[in-house]
Amino acid sequence: MTEKVESAKKVKIPRHDMPCQEPQVRAHNFEEVALGYSQETAIEEAKRCLQCKNPKCVTGCPVSVMIPEFIKKIAEGDFQEAGNVLKVKNSLPAVCGRVCPQEAQCESKCILGIKGESVAIGRLERFAADFGMQSGKSEVVKPQASGKRVAIIGAGPAGLACAGDLAKAGHAVTVFEALHVAGGVLMYGIPQFRLPKEIVQTEIDNLKQMGVEILTNQVVGKITSVDELMENGYDAVFIGTGAGLPYFMDIPGENLNGVYSANEFLTRTNLMKGYKFPEYATPVKVGKNVAVLGAGNVAMDSARTALRLGAENVYIIYRRSRDEMPARKEELEHAEEEGIQFRLLTNPVAIEGDERGWVKSLTCLRYELGEPDASGRRAPVAIKGSEFDIPMDTVVVAIGQGPNPLVTTSTPGLELNKRGNIVADPETLVTSKPGVFAGGDIVTGAATVILAMGAGKKAAAGIDEYLKGK
Amino acid sequence: MYHVVKKRLLATGIALLEVNAPAVAAKVEPGQFVIVRMDELSERIPLTVMDFDREKGTITIVIQDVGYSSAIITGMNEGDEFQDFVGPLGVASEIENYGTVVCIGGGLGIAPVHPIARALKEAGNHVISVLGSRSADLLILEDEMRAASSEVVIATNDGSQGVKGFVTDGLAEVLAQGHQVKAIWAIGPMIMMKAVVDYTRSLGIKTIVSMNPIMVDGTGMCGACRISVGNETKFACVDGPEFDGHLVDFDLAMKRLAFYKDEENRAKARLECNHEGGHH
Repeated sequence: MTEKVESAKKVKIPRHDMPCQEPQVRAHNFEEVALGYSQETAIEEAKRCLQCKNPKCVTGCPVSVMIPEFIKKIAEGDFQEAGNVLKVKNSLPAVCGRVCPQEAQCESKCILGIKGESVAIGRLERFAADFGMQSGKSEVVKPQASGKRVAIIGAGPAGLACAGDLAKAGHAVTVFEALHVAGGVLMYGIPQFRLPKEIVQTEIDNLKQMGVEILTNQVVGKITSVDELMENGYDAVFIGTGAGLPYFMDIPGENLNGVYSANEFLTRTNLMKGYKFPEYATPVKVGKNVAVLGAGNVAMDSARTALRLGAENVYIIYRRSRDEMPARKEELEHAEEEGIQFRLLTNPVAIEGDERGWVKSLTCLRYELGEPDASGRRAPVAIKGSEFDIPMDTVVVAIGQGPNPLVTTSTPGLELNKRGNIVADPETLVTSKPGVFAGGDIVTGAATVILAMGAGKKAAAGIDEYLKGK
Repeated sequence: MYHVVKKRLLATGIALLEVNAPAVAAKVEPGQFVIVRMDELSERIPLTVMDFDREKGTITIVIQDVGYSSAIITGMNEGDEFQDFVGPLGVASEIENYGTVVCIGGGLGIAPVHPIARALKEAGNHVISVLGSRSADLLILEDEMRAASSEVVIATNDGSQGVKGFVTDGLAEVLAQGHQVKAIWAIGPMIMMKAVVDYTRSLGIKTIVSMNPIMVDGTGMCGACRISVGNETKFACVDGPEFDGHLVDFDLAMKRLAFYKDEENRAKARLECNHEGGHH
């Protein structure tokens, strides 16, 4: 009875807002937008949790974080222990607390969300992880060595999660990364203002402390191959090379100066720190008017980045309507608050250039929504004769990415689907090649950070099982 | 780790650096390139491989001081280190026994054509190399190219050595001698490669060029290096850098190279300003 009264009371307490930089200020800097809970707010928010005996929130988490347990520690004011509990299941909690679409995962299952607002699990995760990072007392327990060696290709979310779990299981792990830093999309893709690179680096350094060896500048497929790794004494290989191949629209004018793939635009800005040019030597440039083609999270990141680089008008150009936009609601709202302009039911058919080969304008068609298609979304239909031009200096193409073929084409015997993704068993993530596992975007196509981490963890379990039988 | 083991100045502003990179040296083939980064603040620069020594574990690159980063690299000395040295990247040259082939190197382009000429000669080809430069004092790697080729023709714009004129004039002389040329490799500034393919197109001789567009990652993830080949978009870093020159849209490629001219000038000016500020 008392429990029921308690929960009825808690439903009525609204969840605590995330303090943020003011939109007009943050639109002109690269500092983190969301500032994080204070200790007091974190405790208050943590106290809203009902501590369910059979927690539904955990079922919504792709890596099964012990959610009620870590929140209980926050409510008790034991922030250090909260971080330790988080780390049992999640090697990169400060990252996940920031970039997971919690509204579609853990928080969507929270009982409080039925009649009121769900517990802000993501914000609490971020709080506990940040506390652990600042205290610098993250616990490292070296497990007993198994004597087995695992090679991981790609240091993105899937590879790092896999590496973390395998290291915990006592296996010697070496991660091969093509770029000069580890982190994958966390470093080159997601902007500083959403995910500070210092935080990603600290979490990666923690993995190294656990004994994970990370080799950068290693382009597997060129400097070595999966077969060579197996010949050189690795007992298993995990491929987590992601979806790093940019798609273009295939419309006239896409090779004009001023047209970027979102990958290039974000890599120059985030990984190479082009926003600090000329202190950092890599240039990135935007004109007055910037069009971002697409409406996913990558498009939002590109648009908000363009604004911070000094663009006056930044347009999101999308052929469907607002309801169909694949970006997270929170990112959409942030973009809107900052002044990003949405040109919906609009699709470009050509990019016009000047005689010097620079972008001059974008020719678009207006669209309307027709009947629902196979995916259940209403199909966009072009309106005849609706062609119009918008003056434009820069165009960023953010319509999706495919699997980079460098590793797959250099690995004979690896089964791929028709889109070039690796075929892997959904439970063990083992591929058609003995001892070779794969997970993350290279298997599923472009998805989310946390799904990739979930796949990395699943693969780690699959690999551990495989190595025990070896 | 990637330290310079040997440095040689080949001409004013042009340096040869032999860099310790055993894993790259073990795998590199003619026609491939590396991407280097000097330190935390640096950009990623693609450089074609001039030579490699699998036993010593070294890669040799040649670089000309043309801007901010290249000025810093040409100023590096023995013992200095690159923070990052990535490779081998790109697709290797198609080396086989064609018969008689011509390898054209214009200016700095002589460096990347060097390992290709050598491999073609080792594969049994009669290799005629045509080397071009503005003047005799800017001609690089003549001895190395003589060793890697069966014959060498030199063309200088001012006539201070060899044929007076451009590499196309050198090539015309080779063809006038009646050689049955089966394939041509032409590497140098875009304008030179365009001149060569315009010349060989009507002759119907297969001409391979090595494209040098702007690159960032060099692994196919961004498309900065995209070029148009036979009206199809290709990424030079993974599909090339070598392409059938008769299919390449050079006008587009040259326009794309100018994308960051303003920023490059700003960076260069800053370097010069720093120097005046007391470093020298």
